[in-house]
Amino acid sequence: MSQQAGWRSLPKAGVAFRLSTDYKTGDWRALKPVIDYNKCTKCMLCWLFCPDMAIVWDGENVVVNYDYCKGCGICANECPVKAISMVPEF
Amino acid sequence: MVVKTLPEFPVKKGEPAYKLWLFEPGQKVEMPLVFNLRQLAETRRPALLPGHRLCAGCAAPIVVKLASFAFRGPTIVVTATGCLEVSTTIFPYTSWAVPWIHNAFENAAATASGIVAAVEAMKKTGRLPYEHVDVVVFAGDGGTFDIGFQALSGAAERGHDFLYILYDNEAYMNTGIQRSGGTPKYAWTTTSPVGSVLPGKMENKKPIAEIMVAHRIPYVATATPAHWMDFMKKVRKGIEVKGPAFIHALSSCDRGWRHDTALTLEVTRRAVDTCYFPLWEWTPETGYLLTDRSLAIARNPKLKQPIEKYLELQGRFRHLLKPENKHLVKELQELVDAAWEELLRKASNAPR
Repeated sequence: MSQQAGWRSLPKAGVAFRLSTDYKTGDWRALKPVIDYNKCTKCMLCWLFCPDMAIVWDGENVVVNYDYCKGCGICANECPVKAISMVPEF
Repeated sequence: MVVKTLPEFPVKKGEPAYKLWLFEPGQKVEMPLVFNLRQLAETRRPALLPGHRLCAGCAAPIVVKLASFAFRGPTIVVTATGCLEVSTTIFPYTSWAVPWIHNAFENAAATASGIVAAVEAMKKTGRLPYEHVDVVVFAGDGGTFDIGFQALSGAAERGHDFLYILYDNEAYMNTGIQRSGGTPKYAWTTTSPVGSVLPGKMENKKPIAEIMVAHRIPYVATATPAHWMDFMKKVRKGIEVKGPAFIHALSSCDRGWRHDTALTLEVTRRAVDTCYFPLWEWTPETGYLLTDRSLAIARNPKLKQPIEKYLELQGRFRHLLKPENKHLVKELQELVDAAWEELLRKASNAPR
C-alpha cells in the first residue's frame, strides 16, 4: 500500500486555506512605476485606485510594493501631478 | 491545515499592510464613512488582498476595494461565478479578507437571501455575537443580466436585506469575450464579430438598473469606480437601507474592451462625460436623482461630450470610426441622447 495521504487529510469542500499574499504577482510586470517624491503631493489617489493593493501608505509616503505590482499604469495615469513614471523593467 | 503568518511589509510599526478583517464578538462596530484619503489609509484595509490573479488594469478589484471602504462592520461577501470569483480564489489561495462564499453561477442572490435568513434566525435565538452582519453580493454582468437574473428578481421580490453590486464589464470576459445581455450595440465580441456582413452586436443593452427600479426595491443606483466618492456614498446607502439594494457599476475590462491598461478609469470617466452611462440613484421616496458628474452635466449642458470621445479609446468600437460607418455612430449618438433626455425628464433634481 502506498504511504500517500488519504482523502481524510484533504481540506473540506474546496475551502481555500492560504492567503493569496503568498502568491507574488510582481513578475507579470513589464513596466514598473517609480514615484518621484519631489513632485508627490501625497494626495493618495494612486493608493486608492491601485487594483493590486500594491501601493501602501507607510505613515509618511506612498510606497510601491513591487512583490504585487502588475505594472498596469493606472497610478501613473491618474496621478494629478504626474509624479509617477513607468520605466521598463529590464 | 497550513497556517501562514502575513508578510511583513509594515504600514506603521507593528502593523501589517495586509490583514484579515477581524471583529471582536460583542464589540459595537459602525465604521464611519471617511473621505479623507490619508485618514482612510491609516484606519482601513481593503477587503481584497494582493496576489489575486485578475489581469493588470482590471477595474473589478477597484470596485471591490472602493466598496469595502464603505462597509460598516462585519460583512459576508457572496460572489457569482465570473472573473472576480475565479481569479481571487484559485485553490488553495484566497484573496478575501472577509468571510466569502461562492455557490454557483446563477444563484448568487439566492445564496445571499439564505445567508440573510440565517443571520436573522441566529439573531432571534441570540447566537449572533454582532449587532448586524451585512451581506454584499458582487456579480458580473453574465451572472446578473443573463444567468443569475431569476435569482436576483426573486430575492428582490422577497425583500431580503442585502446589497447587490453588479460590476458590468459588458461581456463574458472570463471565458473569452462572448456577448452577453450587457454588451452594448455595435460592440465587437468573439461571438458578435465585425466584418462585411455585421457591424458587431446588433441588439441593445438590457436596461438592468431600470428593471430593478421596476421591482420597487428600496435603493437602486448606477456608479463607476472613477467617481469614487459618489460610489462609496452609494454603497453605504445601499448597505444601510432596509431591504434589497442594487448598484450597477460600470467596470472596464482592458482585454475585452481593447484599450490600454492604464486607461481603465479614463474610459469609465468618459462614459459618464458622454452621458453613455449617466450616474443616478433611485429611491421610492425621491424618485430618480442625478448625482456627481451627471448632475453637473444636467446643469451645464456644455460639459456633455460627443459619443466619439468614448468610442475612440476602445478597440471593440474601432470599426465605428471608419468613414463608411458614420451612420452607425450617428445612430448610437441618437440612442444616447434619447436616453439622456428621458432621464432628465424623470430626474427630480434636474434643472427645468
